[in-house]
Amino acid sequence: MDTLPIPRDFLLPLPASTLDLQVAIVMLFLVHILFVNLMVGGSLLTLVYEVRGRRRPDLDLLAQKIAATVTVNKSLAVVLGVGPLLAMNALYALWFYTANSLTGRAWIMTVPLVIAAFLLLYAHKYSWNLLADRKGLHITIGAAGTLLLLLVPFIFLANINLMLFPDRWLEVEGFLSTVLLPNVVPRFFHFVLASVAVTALFLAGWFCRRRFDFETALPGLDRCETRRELLTAAFGATALQLVAGPLVLMTLPPHGFSWLMLGNLTAAVTLGVSGLVLLWREMAERGPLTTRYWGIVVLLGCTVGLMVFVRHLYREEAIAPHRALVAAHTEAFRAASIGAEMRLAAGMPRVGEAETVASPGERTFRSVCMACHAVDEKRVGPPLTEIVDIYAGNPDGLIAWVKEPGKKRPGYPEMPPIRMQEGQYRAVADYILDEVFVPPLQSPPADGATG
Amino acid sequence: MDFPVFHLDFLGNRMLIAVIAVVHVFINHSLAVGAMPLVTAMEFWGHRRGDERWDRLAYRILTVCFVITTTLGALTGVGIWLSTSLVNPYAIGSLIRVFFWAWFAEWLVFVAEVVFIMIYYLTWKKMQDRKSAHIAIGAVLSFFSWVTMAIITAILGFMMSPGAWTARETFFSGVFNPIYLPQLAFRTPVAMVAAGWLALFLAFFFTHRDRDLRGQSVRLISVWSLAWLPAAAAGALWYWRVIPEWMEVNVPVALGTQKFAAWYDQLLVVLAVMAATVFIAAVVGALVPGKMPRVAMLVPFAATLVLLGSFERVREFIRKPYVIGDYMYANGLRVADYPLYKEEGVLRHATYTSVRTVTDDNGVEAGGEVFKLTCTRCHTATGVNAVTDRLRDMYGNGPWDRETVKYSLIGMHTARPFMPPFPGTEREAGALADYLLDLRAVKRPVIGAQDGGVVIPTEPRAGVEGGV
Repeated sequence: MDTLPIPRDFLLPLPASTLDLQVAIVMLFLVHILFVNLMVGGSLLTLVYEVRGRRRPDLDLLAQKIAATVTVNKSLAVVLGVGPLLAMNALYALWFYTANSLTGRAWIMTVPLVIAAFLLLYAHKYSWNLLADRKGLHITIGAAGTLLLLLVPFIFLANINLMLFPDRWLEVEGFLSTVLLPNVVPRFFHFVLASVAVTALFLAGWFCRRRFDFETALPGLDRCETRRELLTAAFGATALQLVAGPLVLMTLPPHGFSWLMLGNLTAAVTLGVSGLVLLWREMAERGPLTTRYWGIVVLLGCTVGLMVFVRHLYREEAIAPHRALVAAHTEAFRAASIGAEMRLAAGMPRVGEAETVASPGERTFRSVCMACHAVDEKRVGPPLTEIVDIYAGNPDGLIAWVKEPGKKRPGYPEMPPIRMQEGQYRAVADYILDEVFVPPLQSPPADGATG
Repeated sequence: MDFPVFHLDFLGNRMLIAVIAVVHVFINHSLAVGAMPLVTAMEFWGHRRGDERWDRLAYRILTVCFVITTTLGALTGVGIWLSTSLVNPYAIGSLIRVFFWAWFAEWLVFVAEVVFIMIYYLTWKKMQDRKSAHIAIGAVLSFFSWVTMAIITAILGFMMSPGAWTARETFFSGVFNPIYLPQLAFRTPVAMVAAGWLALFLAFFFTHRDRDLRGQSVRLISVWSLAWLPAAAAGALWYWRVIPEWMEVNVPVALGTQKFAAWYDQLLVVLAVMAATVFIAAVVGALVPGKMPRVAMLVPFAATLVLLGSFERVREFIRKPYVIGDYMYANGLRVADYPLYKEEGVLRHATYTSVRTVTDDNGVEAGGEVFKLTCTRCHTATGVNAVTDRLRDMYGNGPWDRETVKYSLIGMHTARPFMPPFPGTEREAGALADYLLDLRAVKRPVIGAQDGGVVIPTEPRAGVEGGV
């Protein structure tokens, strides 16, 4: 199994039971993804209506009203994403961070991408009247913002897909290769369709709610006609899922399939199709929204909820075998680490692989002092020749200085206090004062050090 | 590090975090924590005096705050998370396990903050006839903005000084660490002062047609800043006094680069001059607002940001060599695992490395892997804070001796307390020296996992893998 990396997990307990964290992830993600759908779908529909509105000012006004909902939904999408991200960082940190590292450049690019997208969407929204005569430019600004916004879920999908398949971790090189893994592209289209469906359904209810003065706010538009149009968009996007859904399922690697997952998936599809049937009948209504609308919202809402649950079941199943290997390895590492710590505490550490034999004083000198002091030339600090001149026969004076140095000569930076074990001070002082200059002059530290 | 090593060899990983974090702190402190109470105060002032010009001015300043905080501000906040988990996943993952509930609470407050800024900004015009209620929303928003900062400061304080946590490993022993309150006492007034300067600049910009309002607003905002300055000074002093002694050793280096450590007294003078500038500008603005020159709007704001930036840099530096005090070194390795690494080697216990053991022939390759695993969180091979530059500072431009380099690696933490000790065996230090000498001869960047992917060696690791 040398294609499967088995890293060790964090050596701290989880902050809550795995069940609690799983429930948290599913619930928090559901809320987050709804607002992400409203943000992405809202931007897309704004664009569609603004383009269509070039010849119809009433549709241009509708586009402007949709853009106003995006302002709120986009901020909620971001802030509500932090919760599930936090739960993810606790429960799946090992898998998630690994995928993040492997796609690092694209992953961190999500930050400037979202900032740029949001700023463009603000510019779009607040320049609506200013650029009324330069519609082409205005639409371009909105389209640029929407396009950037669409890149972000793509990067997220590539990440959460890669984390599920540790057996592919050694294959990937950079973000683009992770996009080519099966499932990423179909899932992206699955997501975009869902965004359009959720948003169109939301807007149908939003603009046709009783307290909303439709005729004043959107002069020139017919309430029933608008409702019908939005519901048709929701129906079309949801119906297309009957193609996109199976495509996602077919490209999904077999790692995570289970009967529980397939059972829930069947239930989700059944609810979704029932929702579609109700949607079809509501579209045929001539009057205002009926209570059937809430039936549709509940059915499709449950479908999304179940899909999120199915997604979670797949992830748990896909990761389980690797998680077991990681857990076993982590425990073995913990035991080894504690063993080494106890040997050290008992004063009998196994000596690591040594390369050379040197006296304790020389070893200390080389590892501690030689960074700044050479035998007979000035480096960061003065050469040993000068030090020996001062402290010959006075090792205690040298030790005192090393422990608590001051600044005493111009042209040199202040020496930092050196902290080491008590025995090392004596050994290194003896080495400097007695060993280095014992004739014949041996000068290993200076060998080639400066040429 | 037992993750694929994300690495940016040109700018360095720390620069990525630093840029995102500094932008976030500036925006959060000056445009949210400090600005929300100031805007609310201006709205209240206008309401009480029945002067609509104040209301319009407050709304315009809030518009700037709204647009920037909901884009650059919010996203750099998430960005700190994403970048730290890329650069030091072990540290951030460990912090999340300890501070999950603090972060969870912060998130709830953050949600409330975003909801309230939406309501506050988007209902400003609709609620003109219900001004008191709207001002109350501003007050609640100000409170939530401050609470998010108060919670995150606990986590920052913890990273520097875990206090009782290392012994008890519980949530509350981590939160109430000794640095928490002083840091908060410093940040709060500084945020208020920074917001004052920013508002002053914006007010100057927005009142170019109304000299009278300009004078009034310059005076009010200057008084605001002036009122918070003594608290900022007191907070700074308190903070300085509780920095544990072992950190103080690092402070001279923290304020400048290592090379300039000796001149840190002068730097302190510069910072003091800046603080004085801020103070004098506030006094001038409060007493003779009409005399306030245009350039004086930007200088104190820039000075406040430089002070805040220096504070963050010092804070980041004095926690070294740890990333989580006493628990984890800046290289992402647990302090408790050092005896094991010293005995058996870091390569032996790493997952993503091309070799497990150092042999007589593979020194450069093995050393390169050791470098990647233990040095790259702070150093690059060819870019910012390049390891070869640090060695050149010590050994000059002539040839370097392998043994000298090796031993200095093993002992670097004794003379440079901000460096974590070298974690591996002596052979690994030798291999690292081989690599460093080779790197000096043939300059080449370290390729991070995000570009080059990862490998694992064929040689099995000690532990469970043999049986897999």
